[in-house]
Amino acid sequence: MALSQKTKETLLGPLNANNPVVVQVLGICSALAVTVQLKPALVMGVAVTIIVAMSNVIISLLRNTIPMRIRIIVQLVVVAALVTLVSEVLKAFAYDVAMQLSVYIGLIITNCILMGRLEAFAMTNKPWDSFLDGLGSGLGYAWILIAVAFVRELFGAGTLLGFRIIPESWYVANGGFYENCGMMMMPAMALILVGCIIWAHRSLNKEEK
Amino acid sequence: MNTNSNTYTIVYATVVVIIVAVMLALVSQVLGPRQQANVELDQQKQILGALKQDISNCADPAALFFSLVKDTLDVNGHPVYVAEVEGEPKFVLKLKGAGLWGGIGGYLALNKDKNTIYGANFNHESETPGLGALIVELPFRQQFEGKHIRNAEGEIVSVAVLKAGTTAEGQEQVDALSGATITSTGVSDMLKANLAEYAEFLNNVKPCCGHCKKHDEGKCCQHEAEQAEATEAQIVTE
Repeated sequence: MALSQKTKETLLGPLNANNPVVVQVLGICSALAVTVQLKPALVMGVAVTIIVAMSNVIISLLRNTIPMRIRIIVQLVVVAALVTLVSEVLKAFAYDVAMQLSVYIGLIITNCILMGRLEAFAMTNKPWDSFLDGLGSGLGYAWILIAVAFVRELFGAGTLLGFRIIPESWYVANGGFYENCGMMMMPAMALILVGCIIWAHRSLNKEEK
Repeated sequence: MNTNSNTYTIVYATVVVIIVAVMLALVSQVLGPRQQANVELDQQKQILGALKQDISNCADPAALFFSLVKDTLDVNGHPVYVAEVEGEPKFVLKLKGAGLWGGIGGYLALNKDKNTIYGANFNHESETPGLGALIVELPFRQQFEGKHIRNAEGEIVSVAVLKAGTTAEGQEQVDALSGATITSTGVSDMLKANLAEYAEFLNNVKPCCGHCKKHDEGKCCQHEAEQAEATEAQIVTE
């Protein structure tokens, strides 16, 4: 399927030039909270992508009927319903995952990216475009999360997805020379890493603009 | 149609909320039994964890649970699971407390002397991954094994969770998790508070070493059992 220029921009824009985290600076709060390890970051990325895409479609379908004065409330109801639905389904069919993620699933409701996309895009665009926009924004958010979590888990705990990467024998405790960077475990480090990504991103994109 | 009129707005909001409420209620009703079953299974798995059973390759944890846990007692509304592991009776107490972001809980398995910890298992609602959430991992839990919840005088003093390098007065201790001070303190407080709740059970029924005031695991109980046997033998011979 060939994508038109506009479709491509809608879908791929948020991955780089219009990234929700590093350009729009949305969803920073959860980017700090869930990036200590790679696994929750991955699942959070997937969950947010699904929920942004779905709520974008629903709001886009309803966009001409929603009364302007309560549009935020309607958006919130749709998002909250979807998040509750996902959480209930997880509890019934993947209890272990639900237990690990309970707090993050709930946190999706307050993720600024959702409200941002609903308000800025879905309210004025057709369902298919909104779906692509949601997908793109979700993925744009996910890759930043994964990049930050990758660095934090690798240097903070010496593992990736729970598998040991830095050998045990390197550690000072075992007579080696290496020690985990405790700073990586602190939320502040996520902010610093996001800052570094924004810095790199801006210097790379300067010429294009 | 004027989508900005008051009537439209109120009707719209009502309809949206009713649709969403009905949908969520339906989903909750349909999935409820399955979720309940999951919660129960999870609880059984946690108790098995406190009893140091490796269930990672266990096909049917529920069956294992019922083969080990013989009885459930009720102590002022708190459950005590009476299990038997390798022929030895174990008492599993349920713990409930508060961590940093939300509730924490767990199960503590005691040997029959009601003093030595056989195994511990913890759970949490929303502690930070990589920090407070580490209370569920083996390295932290295993520290509790073999610790005693009573002091030399036989009083229930619990086990303290303390930063490595500090010493607890008059009670045994395990190392706290670095970077998770509040969660660690939460575990410590939870143990103390819950053991106090269970005091009636723990002090009840001839604390196995009532007469010799020693709490060395097994020894005294055996001593007592030997005595009982001897008395019995005496009666028989008489």
